[in-house]
Amino acid sequence: MSEPRRIDARGSYCPGPLMEMIAAIKIADVGEELEILSGDRGSAEDIPAWIAKVGHEHIKTQKIDDYWSIVVKKIK
Amino acid sequence: MSKKILVVGGGLAGTIVANGLCRHLGKELRSKTVQITMLGTSERHLYQPALLFVPFGLAGEDDLFRNQRKLLNRHITYHVDPAKHIDAKNKKVTTKQGKVLYYDYLILATGSRIMPQSIPGMAEGGHWFYDLDGARKMRSALQEFTGGKIIINVNAPHKCPVAPLEITFMLYDYLEKRGLLDKSEITYTYPIGRLHALEPVADWCKPEMDKKGIKYETFFNAETVDPEKKTITSMEGSTLEYDMLITIPPHAGMDVVDKSNLGRGGWATTDPKSLQHSKHDTIFVIGDTTDIPISKAGSTAHFETEVVIANITSLIQEGCWSRYYDGKVFCFLETGMDEGTYVWFDYETPPNPGPSSQMIHWLKLTYNRLYWLSARGLL
Repeated sequence: MSEPRRIDARGSYCPGPLMEMIAAIKIADVGEELEILSGDRGSAEDIPAWIAKVGHEHIKTQKIDDYWSIVVKKIK
Repeated sequence: MSKKILVVGGGLAGTIVANGLCRHLGKELRSKTVQITMLGTSERHLYQPALLFVPFGLAGEDDLFRNQRKLLNRHITYHVDPAKHIDAKNKKVTTKQGKVLYYDYLILATGSRIMPQSIPGMAEGGHWFYDLDGARKMRSALQEFTGGKIIINVNAPHKCPVAPLEITFMLYDYLEKRGLLDKSEITYTYPIGRLHALEPVADWCKPEMDKKGIKYETFFNAETVDPEKKTITSMEGSTLEYDMLITIPPHAGMDVVDKSNLGRGGWATTDPKSLQHSKHDTIFVIGDTTDIPISKAGSTAHFETEVVIANITSLIQEGCWSRYYDGKVFCFLETGMDEGTYVWFDYETPPNPGPSSQMIHWLKLTYNRLYWLSARGLL
């Protein structure tokens, strides 16, 4: 299985991790996984919440040192 | 043998970088040890930030356009012939008309474009000001507007991230001046859970909107527009009715990036500090074209050009690297027709917008004219 496409949004004040992820998921293929790296604790809650709301899949969230890794999958 | 610098893109970023390189490499250009070529799409250079003023009748041709060839330093060879394919391995670019150009350094500045067609019904049902045709149609629609529900719908990704707020507050003043506020309702929608990506800006604009009676809805990413029923529906399942829809459509980069295997969605994979392409160190990427997670804005492009100019100059003259990009972004923010503020930040410094003032508004209008000096590499 291929590695998820990584979006390193650590230190991104604008547009920020969630907006980066929304933009990335729009151009992803159905079934593709994306990994978003964020230094913002809020992303660990906002991103899975938005993913659930629009019907994609949240695979996992992991805290690594001082940042979070959130993996999601485009479903439709 | 001369060094060939090829600038792909003749917008703000490409023009500033090409003219800036000419200022630093004058001796080499005169002795023909360096050659600079630019590939663009038009004989006219459009100053995109002035489009914000077009719907209100506050910007015309003279504010928006200059002759591209006259903007460029005489040492630059300019072709209105965009790149069709970039062969990074062989350092070769093929243009739409079939020219083949080789380079030692390539500066990729192909920019971004709006994609209203990517959302069903948006192109038919929406207005926008992110291109000239759209801005002029929006001006006509506003002139005919006699009251009703206006939705300002922001989509991801988009460039100039403060422009959606600016159009909202300027529209409020415009309706007030026309005596239409009592008959109108403005609703602003935003893709994430607050009113702006920058948290301090979101914290500032929420009470401003509350004070003015501007409604808002967050977590709203447009999925479809029904131009007949005049409704817009979000991916999140919300449907809003409108009499006039003003949208900031999602953006994409240019196809040549994907076709040349340099990135996805038109965004080239870019090192956030060196601004080199992630796989090809002789390709520098600037402006909207990068996939760096920072604002796609004119100031971002401008600050990036300074780094690329310094590094290419240093590599040619001294064979060494000069400096890295620190992520600096600076944006003026119009908070109405007569007042403005500004915000700046970089990779390490969070943004902190100051109070609005008339002076900053005038400074923004002044910069709109000073831009033509920036484009020439003078400012």
